[in-house]
Amino acid sequence: MAQVLATALVVASLYALLAAGYVLVYRASRVLNLAQGDMLTLGGYLLFAVAAHVGGGPVVAIPAAAALAALTGFLIYLVLMRPMAGHPVFAAVLVTVTLGILLRAAIVLVFTDQIRHPAQVLGLANPPRRLPGGAVVSTFDLLTVLTAAALFAGLFLFLRLSPLGIQMRAAGERALLASQRGIDFHRLFALSWALAALAGALAGILYSSNVRLEPSLDVLGLKAFAVALVGGLDSLAGVIPAAILVALIEVLSVRYGNPLLSDVSPFLCLLAMLLLRPWGLFGTREELERV
Amino acid sequence: MALGGGYFKTTYASDLALVDTRLRRVAVAALAVALLVLPRVTSSFVLDLAAQVALAAIGALALNVLTGLAGQISLGHAGFICAGAFTTAALVEYGVRSPWAALGAAAAVGAALGLIVGIPSLRLRGLYLALGTLAMHHVVLYVASELQSRWGANTGYSIPPPRVAGFTLRGTVTWYYVLTGLAALALCFAANLQRSRAGRAWMAIRDREIAAASVGIPVARYKVLAFVCSSTVTSVAGALFAFQRGFVSVEAFGFLLTIEYIAMIIIGGLGSALGAVLGAAFVTLMPYAIDALVAGLQLRAGAEYYLFPAKFGAFGLLMALFLVFEPQGLVGIWLRVRNWFLLWPFRYRPLRPAS
Repeated sequence: MAQVLATALVVASLYALLAAGYVLVYRASRVLNLAQGDMLTLGGYLLFAVAAHVGGGPVVAIPAAAALAALTGFLIYLVLMRPMAGHPVFAAVLVTVTLGILLRAAIVLVFTDQIRHPAQVLGLANPPRRLPGGAVVSTFDLLTVLTAAALFAGLFLFLRLSPLGIQMRAAGERALLASQRGIDFHRLFALSWALAALAGALAGILYSSNVRLEPSLDVLGLKAFAVALVGGLDSLAGVIPAAILVALIEVLSVRYGNPLLSDVSPFLCLLAMLLLRPWGLFGTREELERV
Repeated sequence: MALGGGYFKTTYASDLALVDTRLRRVAVAALAVALLVLPRVTSSFVLDLAAQVALAAIGALALNVLTGLAGQISLGHAGFICAGAFTTAALVEYGVRSPWAALGAAAAVGAALGLIVGIPSLRLRGLYLALGTLAMHHVVLYVASELQSRWGANTGYSIPPPRVAGFTLRGTVTWYYVLTGLAALALCFAANLQRSRAGRAWMAIRDREIAAASVGIPVARYKVLAFVCSSTVTSVAGALFAFQRGFVSVEAFGFLLTIEYIAMIIIGGLGSALGAVLGAAFVTLMPYAIDALVAGLQLRAGAEYYLFPAKFGAFGLLMALFLVFEPQGLVGIWLRVRNWFLLWPFRYRPLRPAS
């Protein structure tokens, strides 16, 4: 049982990192970023590229990869998403789909679709750790949980205390009033894209070091998307309970049901949520009318 | 197009006709003759491509009814196709060999799925609805992969060629005729649906739901009807896909297939039956065009490896370009070219029609 809980917590942390990206972009611009899964592969491959070509060990490679990913998120907003301002939201969502296709094609062109292991390139070992209670997780599993906790703590502090974070919340709540107060929306949107790419890339860096790295990892992004919806698309706080819930259901259904259920149980959660409470656990209800 | 004079319809028959002027009748007849004699003049490779385009056109027309006319976004199109294909496979597995039964069962399964997905559309709008269809896609794929492994077919399930009235449908030429004929039927169906009561109701709902309700359109019923119509035709297209390939596998129905169909109706032009067909041809033929281009360039050895990601990337890039620069799609470009010739030597229509 302790093992089930530990595994679920690790899966939940990974989903939470990815889902944070969905929520950040959605709250700011009401656009659903369907390329979030490719942000994960991008983070993994950036780590691999830095580790293989620049060197300097994990102390240099991991921050460099994260920073490059955030920069990519910023550029994506500038080049692809900003021209979509004023277009229907659905068109913008489709642009994120094409963004995912382009990112994936670029990754396969540059790195081929072989399976890679960035942790080996960096020379990092991944020894198992025994937790109190008898559960065993790998070191990177533990790091995933800690990173997710740190990222969420950082995001909450940023949104609560810093002027930019307060502007971001204002823009998410009442866009018209916020713009009349003179808040620069494009700066906020660009920031939210950079943060979303950073969160996705952190998930990618951790997952690829822990398990493996290949272009088809972007399915994880779609599963995390179920998490974002269960928590409420416009609620960052909702991501954490939703991630734990979805991960627990997934781990339990794999353990007591069928391994194939791992791919479908998040979507069953999503369907159930859409039928019962479409605005999510902690989302705002009128959000549904606005779309 | 109203140019202010010349051509007026004087009988109900001419008002109802799908092909209304003599020039268009000649053009349609010429196209039909060209399609009929195509197997005589081209290789089986070209015929196979044409059959693929026809099959894709049926799916794209169905998606266009849902997204283009009724304005309901679906990210689960591949799920409906998969449902049709696996219904066919299930019938073969359990000993029912009649293709009519397979098509009927696929249509019934498609209609049932459309009903299931359509009912949440009464509460959900826009993105939320798209997500529901996405979830449905994954559930259908899960059921299909369960079935596939239960039948002991790990890589895929083989389907024998169907027999219709004592005639076995196999070979490129036969399937070319079958699929082109069915695509023509689907095109007529879609074009007629668009100008029927249901089609006009869908367009009203798409443009402004509240306004549609206030002129007496039962919004809920028509939304569900759009889902059912679209998914029935899509599922039948899936059954045809299974029969034509003679092989079904879950891997063929990934999320990418959904994106391809969405790309077809966007590149073709949303809300236009002609656009759906043009988009289907464009998206289906583009990879082959890139192949031909690369073969013509005679790149050095080892370059083939980059072909697949390059095609994939070109597909994404084209879709993005159409979304950003030409939301009307290929049909929009065609209309502009046509108007340019119609109006020449002028650049704009007269401000007031000369009546």
